[in-house]
Amino acid sequence: MVIQPLDVKLLRDLWRLRGQGLAIALIVASGVAVLVMSLSAMQALSDSSASYYERYRFADVFASVKRAPRYLGTRIAAIDGVQLVQSRVVHFAMLDMADLQEPVVGRLVSVPDEHPPLLNGLALEQGRLPEPQASDEVVVSAPFAEAHGLELGDRFGALLNGRRRNLEVVGVGLSPEFVYAIGPGALMPDPEHFGILWMSRKTLAAAYDQEGAFNDLALSLWPGYSAEAVIPELDALLAPYGGVGAYPRADQVSHWFLSNEIAQLRTLARILPTIFLLVAAFLTNMVLARLVFMERSEIGLLKAFGYSNLSVVWHYAKLVVALSLVGLLIGWGGGVWLGHWLTTVYTRIFRFPELVFEPELQIFALSLSVSVGSSLIGVITAARYAGGLPPAEAMRPPSPPTFHHRAWLPVGLVRALDQPTRIIFRQVLRRPLRSLLTSLGLAASVGLLIVSMHWLDAIDYMVDQYFYQQQRQDMTIGFVEVEPMRVVRDALGLPGVLAVEPVRTVPARLRSGHIFRREALIGLQPDSELTVLSDARGRRVAVPDEGLLLSAALAEILRVGVGDVVRVEVLEGRRASFDMRVSAVFETVMGTPVYVSLTALNRILREADAVNQLQLVIDGDEEAALFARLQELATVGGVTLKRTATDMFNETIGETMLVMVLFYLGFACIMAFGMVYNNLRIALSERGRELATLRVLGFRKGEISYMLFGEAALLVIGGLPLGCLFGWILASYMAASFDTELYRVPVVIEPSTYGLAVVITLCAVLPSALLVQRRLSRLNLISVLKTRE
Amino acid sequence: MRQQPSAQATLTGTGLTKIYRTGSVEIHALRGVNVDLYQGELVVLVGPSGSGKSTLLNILGGLDRPTSGEVRFRGSLLGETEAQVTRFRRDHVGFVFQFYNLIASLTAEENVALVTEIARDPLTPKEALTLVGLGDRLSAFPAELSGGEQQRVAIARAIAKQPDVLLCDEPTGALDSATGVVVLEAIDQVNRELGTTTALITHNRSIEGMADRVIRFADGRIASTSENAQRCSPSSLEW
Repeated sequence: MVIQPLDVKLLRDLWRLRGQGLAIALIVASGVAVLVMSLSAMQALSDSSASYYERYRFADVFASVKRAPRYLGTRIAAIDGVQLVQSRVVHFAMLDMADLQEPVVGRLVSVPDEHPPLLNGLALEQGRLPEPQASDEVVVSAPFAEAHGLELGDRFGALLNGRRRNLEVVGVGLSPEFVYAIGPGALMPDPEHFGILWMSRKTLAAAYDQEGAFNDLALSLWPGYSAEAVIPELDALLAPYGGVGAYPRADQVSHWFLSNEIAQLRTLARILPTIFLLVAAFLTNMVLARLVFMERSEIGLLKAFGYSNLSVVWHYAKLVVALSLVGLLIGWGGGVWLGHWLTTVYTRIFRFPELVFEPELQIFALSLSVSVGSSLIGVITAARYAGGLPPAEAMRPPSPPTFHHRAWLPVGLVRALDQPTRIIFRQVLRRPLRSLLTSLGLAASVGLLIVSMHWLDAIDYMVDQYFYQQQRQDMTIGFVEVEPMRVVRDALGLPGVLAVEPVRTVPARLRSGHIFRREALIGLQPDSELTVLSDARGRRVAVPDEGLLLSAALAEILRVGVGDVVRVEVLEGRRASFDMRVSAVFETVMGTPVYVSLTALNRILREADAVNQLQLVIDGDEEAALFARLQELATVGGVTLKRTATDMFNETIGETMLVMVLFYLGFACIMAFGMVYNNLRIALSERGRELATLRVLGFRKGEISYMLFGEAALLVIGGLPLGCLFGWILASYMAASFDTELYRVPVVIEPSTYGLAVVITLCAVLPSALLVQRRLSRLNLISVLKTRE
Repeated sequence: MRQQPSAQATLTGTGLTKIYRTGSVEIHALRGVNVDLYQGELVVLVGPSGSGKSTLLNILGGLDRPTSGEVRFRGSLLGETEAQVTRFRRDHVGFVFQFYNLIASLTAEENVALVTEIARDPLTPKEALTLVGLGDRLSAFPAELSGGEQQRVAIARAIAKQPDVLLCDEPTGALDSATGVVVLEAIDQVNRELGTTTALITHNRSIEGMADRVIRFADGRIASTSENAQRCSPSSLEW
């Protein structure tokens, strides 16, 4: 095959522009890498969960009741649209792990005695299901087994409804119900302190007084039926038995976290690659415009020889496509590697029997089309210029670029500037769009740095606000049943307990007009010192003696404000229903809680001074003794240590975030470097002649460097505050799109984050200046001056 | 009024050779040239392309280094370092090229001010521009000036610092004859009024008439030197 002379020129141009081209290709690569990473990780999560859900028949609707007779299952199965019904016994229990002193909570889930679970099946990794007759056999969740080094045949203690059992591990498995397995009060899976335990129905029913009954329900639906259509009828059937309202799969905790993560990856795939590819398109445009301008006589010559406009344009388009293909290949490699890394990180949080990482061809096709497509946008201006050049004009030298007096600089300021500084300002103002876009490109990298580092700030803030400002207890004890108020005094007698506050929670449905929402009504003492709530302006809000204290997020959901009346339907006991006025609204980053006075709550429930939780401040030195005592208390259903929750949060999220931030830091630096390097190279190419003239006139190297780098510096300086603003906007947008009912990502950006982003950007820009400085000092004065441009 | 060329040499080049190497080819641009430029005189250098006149001018002006030989300015050897040579150009030499090389982003006045700002005892930009007949175009940008006007701004820029030496390489090369005459008049006037030692390269032999002395180049050497008894006014020149 004979290579066309134009293609030889193309290859040589590519080689000549290798520095600038590589910088652009790397920016394309960054965008493609983020795209491939987020899409491939998203695909791994959604494919793995879809096949897992299908194979192990993840239920469509979930409900829990106090105690319902088993025969109710037949009536439920008769509801139009219901396919399968699985009634179960589910309870929390304190576990006694030999390797850990701290309290460990288990979620006990019954498996049918007659057959394997029809819904929410168990993916056994080892062993078998428990025998109905063997009351001490248990299947443990795989992460829990790993965290405690449990093997088949190992035994550990558990407190089932006040009775100590010695359980034997007969199996290790996973279930689609607990892909994301979090314990009560936790935000992150913490397999050391929380595990799922599957036991025979017979055993659990006996232990929890549920013989011939159930307290938990899972349903699957026939295709074409929606959960919303089935739930009202189901709720009506369950209500007499203490039903607290059924909910669809979408609200199931594990599934909710998983789909939320998938949605966040989708957002990531949309925003970040767009920024990178736009910057790459702009740089392509800038470099190509310069190339075409410098080659205008060659273009004229080609046209004079009879090459068509189209073939000239196509020639330059090929150059750009070649650059973006280089970027694409690097981006594919990097993206697959990153996607695999991210997926591996996910396996620490989301547990599947098999997490498949096989990026689809579509992902590559999509990244190919967007990267090549966006770089072709970069060709448009240059191609129009090249295509529009008449051959004769193309071969004439250009006239000096036009400058005007009607500049935007005030006359007084112009007079105050020396000539070199005037040159800098006029250069910047002569091509306002290019200057603006250069500043914006730099701003994009500053913004990217800020938005990625802002996650660390936001998480710090969330942890601080929620775990330290609002929740000031060290430990929360949950009781199996409602206990009288004297448990507060009893608890003060436990070792190491410094302060105790009672809490009573009841499930309720809050209704405002046609909007309703299930939420736990939390009863607190109005003078609580362990739950400290504040309004939007940071002023403390106490729990009112009468009325509701609503979180702002819940108020928004219910569309109510202070003074409005909310209908409260308690979902347990005598199912009281009453109107309550919203007394105040408070801010919180987590959940949608609602508080009432403990006294008022008990009065409404007609239960004197009852509590079901205690919040404790404890002396760390006596922790061990306290834990030991708690293990012995039959009334205690669960213990949550704040420390383990925050540690887990910081470890899992913090570490993952930090690595992510480092990646984005790399990407942002590539972008800042590529932006400024290309800008400087083009400025040098455009103005090399001017700078040489100045050298001939006796200007020193430092003085001409000032003129060249001054322009870039001005654009960089302009870009930095823009970048800070852009970072804030991007962070706000990301926070809004990641906003969920469970948590709200606050737009908290520490001043040091802005500062660090600026410093990092400057550090990334500096090498580009050094590289160009080398070229500048090699400027050949004579050859530049004696030739026409 | 015209200052008489004195016998003192402003610039002296002794035994200057310059060899360019392009790949394996050696080009002898200068083959041992001795030249003196005397205080206040106007020297015209003529000769065919590649005869070495530009190379000599670049070496004398500190833009290029000779392969061997030395350049003295008022008896002192020209410095070796980049900084010393820059200092020399900055303080003592003005250049005018065939291409005007004006800074497009600065007005005529500002282009001149570029130099006066860093000079020790400059004319004002206005004085310099008036000297070349552009006192009324101070605020025009290069794009708003004709070729001849641009070249005269370049001359004003070169002489505004009152250099000891003005080196002009084909200053009329890109101009038509009428415009060329205006530019030459400006150079002539600067030489007469400021007494600036001036060397002017040209292809155009009819320009020889305006010189005190004419140096003819051929093949990297000075082929001959002649003096004009009487300098003609540029306006009397024709080509």
